[in-house]
Amino acid sequence: MSVDLQTVKRVAHLARIAVSEEDAERMTGELNAILGFVEQLNEVDVTGVEPMTSVTPMEMKKRQDVVTDGNKPADIVANAPATDENFFLVPKVVE
Amino acid sequence: MSDLTHLTISEARAKLRGKEISAAEITEAYLAAIERANPVLNAYVTVTADKARDMAKNSDAKLAKGEAGALEGVPLGIKDLFATEGVHTQACSHVLDGFKPRYESTVTANLWADGAVMLGKLNMDEFAMGSSNETSYYGPVINPWRRSRVDTVVMPTTHQGDGGFVSAGGTRTQRTLDNAQLVPGGSSGGSASSVAAFLCAGATATDTGGSIRQPAAFTGTVGIKPTYGRCSRWGIVAFASSLDQAGPIARDVRDAAILLKSMASVDPKDTTSVDRPVPDYEAAIGRPIKGMKVGIPKEYRVDGMPQDIEALWQKGIAWLKDAGAEIVDISLPHTKYALPAYYIVAPAEASSNLARYDGVRYGLRVPGKDIIDMYEKTRAAGFGREVKRRIMIGTYVLSAGYYDAYYLQAQKVRTLIKRDFENVFAAGVDVILTPATPSAAFGIADEDMASDPVKMYLNDIFTVTVNMAGLPGISVPAGLDGKGLPLGLQLIGRPFDEETLFQTANVIEQAAGKFQPEKWW
Repeated sequence: MSVDLQTVKRVAHLARIAVSEEDAERMTGELNAILGFVEQLNEVDVTGVEPMTSVTPMEMKKRQDVVTDGNKPADIVANAPATDENFFLVPKVVE
Repeated sequence: MSDLTHLTISEARAKLRGKEISAAEITEAYLAAIERANPVLNAYVTVTADKARDMAKNSDAKLAKGEAGALEGVPLGIKDLFATEGVHTQACSHVLDGFKPRYESTVTANLWADGAVMLGKLNMDEFAMGSSNETSYYGPVINPWRRSRVDTVVMPTTHQGDGGFVSAGGTRTQRTLDNAQLVPGGSSGGSASSVAAFLCAGATATDTGGSIRQPAAFTGTVGIKPTYGRCSRWGIVAFASSLDQAGPIARDVRDAAILLKSMASVDPKDTTSVDRPVPDYEAAIGRPIKGMKVGIPKEYRVDGMPQDIEALWQKGIAWLKDAGAEIVDISLPHTKYALPAYYIVAPAEASSNLARYDGVRYGLRVPGKDIIDMYEKTRAAGFGREVKRRIMIGTYVLSAGYYDAYYLQAQKVRTLIKRDFENVFAAGVDVILTPATPSAAFGIADEDMASDPVKMYLNDIFTVTVNMAGLPGISVPAGLDGKGLPLGLQLIGRPFDEETLFQTANVIEQAAGKFQPEKWW
């Protein structure tokens, strides 16, 4: 399988990365090189093989359903580019 | 003073406890070495001199009271991927511009609890994506090793008056260092370069496809990626969560064992952290390997592999045999599919993990006409080329209609790769010996690698299988190639059997000796 310029632009939008026409053209070549490389996986007979879900067979640990942390909104927003009274500020999303 | 930077961790530990040296002295020695070398090597992206001095002072107080921790007063460098409270933590990406976490990663917290001193944060490939440390927003790291040329020089018959030396002709050999700058490997390039150049006693690193072992091999240092689940991933910037593991890069096998003991723990904050006590890895060093079964996988002999590496592998086999190990030929038939499967699984997980960099909660924000435009502009400006490439691949293979063909197929192949190892271990093999990398360190801005991303990816061909199967792997320096560059051998062990790796790596180290670069920086 290979990708064309339109697909690259669509994937870039899905990934929320702005790409110029020039970027998209370059990426098309690069992505096709990588997709060409991974193509060889189709040679492998995987009949009856379960996909790996965990490298170490273990039961997922569950934490106690109790509060262990919190009450530090100032820490949470400390690194945000724009805040107001411990809220994250973003461009208006609802008209 | 500068000699203090040449002590191994085990030597420094003894001298600190014996009050022969102080934590303040060794810390100052490293800070002075960093100040001199870092403008050339670019191994550190930030130096925390004040914090280091404070920590050293605390260590000296503890040492005086006889309350020393396992790493009391030992100065370490920390890969920029580990969250360090109040200190630069950006995974060497522009998208995390200015990020200073309000929390500490479990691994680094363990090190500080044991008394280690933080010198600063180490350069790396952006988000740990790369094999040369050239994708860092902070520029490439330089390998302290350089190629050298050995010339036979014909000596003229001369008489030198004032020096009083007389040469009667004949020949001698002369080693000349080449000026070309080499990469230290990646993604833990800053960790490997700083350890090899004596800019820290040891360093933390992480390994998703080879990022500890390949740079260790390129710099003549020891690097171990422990079993998945051995070190907590809490507070480590995530790349591919099912593959990422932390581990140390150190100057010798014993130091790697000392560091891993402190880094590893059982952590309730990471659900993939395994409930197993951490053994005393150092105790495994010096145990005989007589009767141990060492597997040699035929699939690791690849086309175009330099003769030096094949020769080194044979040497490693001979050393282990001489030490009483039984050498057996084995087959890991799905080896060649590990790298292509990795380049589906890792980008898929990365595209998901890196979705959080949206210009809202931390780091860079580039304004846009609406929120989507802001996301797109922020991510376009914040991520470098390699990171974008992997996010794009990951997004594509997970997108509607392609999931089964790519991701599901890759995860099935991954099951087969793991099964290959399980079969070999079930047949009684204790440890597997392979080359660590298919080449020695290459040049900065290598044209072949730059023009074809897949060529760069091939650096991980021998290491990536280990991540796909979640196994422990160690790279140990074993010799120099014809150009005087270090090469490493890799040992792969059973899950949670890091002790056998240290035990066996020590035998190789004893036979091969240790390697350090000639100082030019």
